[in-house]
Amino acid sequence: MQWETVIGLEVHLQLATRSKIFSGSATTFGAEPNTQASAVDLAMPGMLPVLNALAVRYAVMFGLGIGADIGRRSVFDRKNYFYPDLPKGYQISQFEAPIVGRGSFEIQLEDGTTRAIGITRAHLEEDAGKSLHEDFHGQTGIDLNRAGTPLLEIVSEPDLRSAAEAVAYLKALHSLVTYLGISDGNMAEGSMRCDINISLRPPGSDTLGTRAEIKNVNSFRFVEKAIRHEFERQAEILEDGGKIVQETRLYDADLDETRPMRSKEVANDYRYFPEPDLLPVVIDEAYIESVRADLPELPTEKRHRFVEQYGLGHYDANVLADSRELAAYFEAVVAACGDAKIAANWVQVELLGQLNRGELSLNDCPVSAPALGGLIKRILDNSISGKIAKQVFEAMWQGAGSADEIIAARGLQQVSDTGELEGMVDAVIAANANQVAQYLAADEDRRKKLVGFFVGQVMKLSKGQANPQMVNDLLAKKLV
Amino acid sequence: MAIEQDEIEKIAELARIRIAPGQIGEVTQRITEILGMVDQLQAVDTSDVEPMANPLDAVQRLRADEVTEENRRDAFQAIAPAVENGLYLVPRVVE
Amino acid sequence: MHDKSVAQLIAGLRAKQFTSVELSRCFLDRIAALDPGYNSFITVDETAVLAAAAAADERIAAGEAATLTGIPIAHKDIFCTNGIRTSCGSRMLDNFVPPYDATLIDKFNREGAVILGKTNMDEFAMGSSSESSYYGPVRNPWDSSLVPGGSSGGSAAAVAALLAPAATGTDTGGSIRQPAAFCGITGIKPTYGRVSRLGMVAFASSLDQAGPMAHSAEDCALLLNSMAGYDPLDSTSSELPAEDYTARLGDSLQGLRIGLPKEYFGEGLQAGTARRIEQALKEFEAQGATLVEVSLPHSHLTIPTYYVIAPAEASTNLSRFDGVRYGHRCSDPIDLHDLYTRTREEGFGAEVKRRILIGTYALSAGYYDAYYKKAQQVRRLIKQDFTACFEQVDVIAGPTTPGPAFALGAKSDDPVAMYLEDIYTLAVNLAGLPGMSIPAGFVDGKPVGLQLIGRHFGESQLLNVAHRYQLATDWHLQRPAGAIGGAA
Repeated sequence: MQWETVIGLEVHLQLATRSKIFSGSATTFGAEPNTQASAVDLAMPGMLPVLNALAVRYAVMFGLGIGADIGRRSVFDRKNYFYPDLPKGYQISQFEAPIVGRGSFEIQLEDGTTRAIGITRAHLEEDAGKSLHEDFHGQTGIDLNRAGTPLLEIVSEPDLRSAAEAVAYLKALHSLVTYLGISDGNMAEGSMRCDINISLRPPGSDTLGTRAEIKNVNSFRFVEKAIRHEFERQAEILEDGGKIVQETRLYDADLDETRPMRSKEVANDYRYFPEPDLLPVVIDEAYIESVRADLPELPTEKRHRFVEQYGLGHYDANVLADSRELAAYFEAVVAACGDAKIAANWVQVELLGQLNRGELSLNDCPVSAPALGGLIKRILDNSISGKIAKQVFEAMWQGAGSADEIIAARGLQQVSDTGELEGMVDAVIAANANQVAQYLAADEDRRKKLVGFFVGQVMKLSKGQANPQMVNDLLAKKLV
Repeated sequence: MAIEQDEIEKIAELARIRIAPGQIGEVTQRITEILGMVDQLQAVDTSDVEPMANPLDAVQRLRADEVTEENRRDAFQAIAPAVENGLYLVPRVVE
Repeated sequence: MHDKSVAQLIAGLRAKQFTSVELSRCFLDRIAALDPGYNSFITVDETAVLAAAAAADERIAAGEAATLTGIPIAHKDIFCTNGIRTSCGSRMLDNFVPPYDATLIDKFNREGAVILGKTNMDEFAMGSSSESSYYGPVRNPWDSSLVPGGSSGGSAAAVAALLAPAATGTDTGGSIRQPAAFCGITGIKPTYGRVSRLGMVAFASSLDQAGPMAHSAEDCALLLNSMAGYDPLDSTSSELPAEDYTARLGDSLQGLRIGLPKEYFGEGLQAGTARRIEQALKEFEAQGATLVEVSLPHSHLTIPTYYVIAPAEASTNLSRFDGVRYGHRCSDPIDLHDLYTRTREEGFGAEVKRRILIGTYALSAGYYDAYYKKAQQVRRLIKQDFTACFEQVDVIAGPTTPGPAFALGAKSDDPVAMYLEDIYTLAVNLAGLPGMSIPAGFVDGKPVGLQLIGRHFGESQLLNVAHRYQLATDWHLQRPAGAIGGAA
């Protein structure tokens, strides 16, 4: 039987503020347990929250980035439940009046098409601490360093139809938030965590099936696997005539399966109500305009501009605009060499190839954008061939200096001296009488193929440094 | 609004307060009395009234994103019931 | 020394008539001798008191004294004090020694005031009689068979019994004004947001406000000067600059319009109290004020409104007491659920549990609109009543309570009867207004309190009205028999 998968994602994004959302504690990842937990974070008696301005600004940046309505008067609420990683016994979140309202943004699918995915809302809240289940004599250890880290919870519409679309959505979201600089997007450190709502229905149906929620899936790969697994589980139940139970499930990456969560928040009543220790956050037009004025160019705009301004294909534009750093690198190469197409090719093939092989990030790249631009310039002015350029690039990667230094030091300069080349061409013609005879006897089409032999011989003689175009021209003149 | 004993038990569970079996009847009775008094509110027409969460109708101020807190773990954990290796201990939590 | 006003003590310290150590010693001795009869203090740390007093004396000697340097002040045990147990009258915090100070305590410390001790109170400030404390009930210095009022009953009793020259309290629904009235002292609850709530154990966040309790309006003004002001760490604290609350104390009352809400003088007000209040109002008329009848038509709804909002906020404010990071923890919990439920069963007293349950109920699914949201709407109507009144009058006056102090145990088994005690005080908190209670005579030897209510941030005017009354009367100078004599 055929099923349509309906997926909505709730992404918890840690915002890249230095201090917590409601206290002055540091948010640095990986500190010793409870060394970044202040009296406020520990919910000591009498402690009160004060809202971090940058968390608000980041939320508004996100809202503007997805073209959403910004909540002019957003309200924090208490979400009440007991859990040891939640020191106050309530999480300060936003329920009825979130800071970011409805918006949407574009995702790129593998076949090159794009789709707009709706965002229902995004709201600010505080992260919880961590429970460590290693053995403390049969007890659980609680680390509250993470408690109070600002989160933006981004809730999508149930607009996604496959695991691949869900991953494309997450990648686009990751790209957007890192462009905006509002999150480091580091999934391994939990900066971007995902809850997946998934249900199945017969194709063409416009009602939603009963959904399961899969909590806390923390990598693109696991999202894909969790959805595939959950699809199979639900399809099997439905095909056996069963019913899906609405429940919260946990994805177990080790076993590659989802299973129901046993404890947390089962059939809870969160008793949301406006947080009386905080007041409504009022955002006016002037504030929004000041944030808008500081927004960087966003991935979608950049992709479109790369296509128009540089004449790149959609695929190339997509790859190059994927991260703000890569796009900036690419544009700096273009600025240095003046040829966008060659620059696009070098950045994607040689540069990304080297980075991938070395498992390096762009920050660790040993060849600067102007340096790569300098190399490309030597291809463009015929100083070196593309083939030699790859050697030079390899040497640059090893730290041997600039393109010009390497070319000079290793004598890689292309031979473009007519006299010198003529000598080599004459020598090749003299040494290969048979081939010359064949060539002269051949028709136009065949000649085009045979000339390659002579070019090859000249290149061999010049150790690859002969200017191929000039060699071609000379051969055409002399083979008559 | 009358409240049944099982509802009190549900509420007590939400509030994580154990009520000894012998006391549940009395607790239910007291709460019923209080809710009876509170029910006067239902007679008021408030259809056009904006709820008031803060008596001054003030708005939120924002603080600059600065780290102002230092590590005071030792002082805080000196008053904790159970800690080990810098962690607060609770009976094992099963997810 | 023990029967001097704060203003007189400041002058005495400056004039080197006595030192802060001598002054503090005097009150420590009185506490040791007399407090077993009142139970007004939970914690008194003699060593710390004398050390702070000695430091104050050095500061005075160096000519660096601030207004309150060297003055011993008792603090309600709801304010966190670094290194001194802060129990909030609860078993839950019996072992809780905060490693930090409340902003209010910090401000007094900077002034060089001496923390004389921590006063007894209704558990988590939930009560009107100071009987629900884990540390036993407080007794009224005027008659030890009576309650002192609550929840700041320990502070009121300590001041009335001359065990402290002044004290701090908190007022969520009348918890400064009602015990001030019952114990014959002066207390002011400032405008919501005037005094920082940071480090004050929260009961109901949108209602709680700290204020001074002393013998006179002048002393209250002196203390309020140190307490009031913007705190960047309390989002609900007001940025409006604090005033010098002593500056206008002597202003004439000529032309002052005093509103008398008819709802505060009707059924329910006891005849003896009514007579004392009427007599007090005549004094204002004599000083040139005019009395204007006004109406607060939603007055009958203040109790139900309050008893939804306060428990709702309290129910979640008290969720942090879970036995994990501080405070009471039940022994040998078998699992997490047992840890929570038994810790909270053992740590909280009956009234606190009752209010947590009511608040949880009022916020729970299906009831939120009917209770919490409804109460927040009625709250606005109550505030609008006052706004309308203040278009006609400058201050509002009436009784603080329906009658004088009642007997210990008289209402402790009947929560609803106890809640009715707060009928005239609750609205002030719901509307966020400043209110105060001043002594206005006696009924059968029991003090009666006159309540004054002002506009938002109208503390100076209230203190002025109270001070002018106290210049003309001596009710605030009456002392209970048991407090006179003893160590002087």
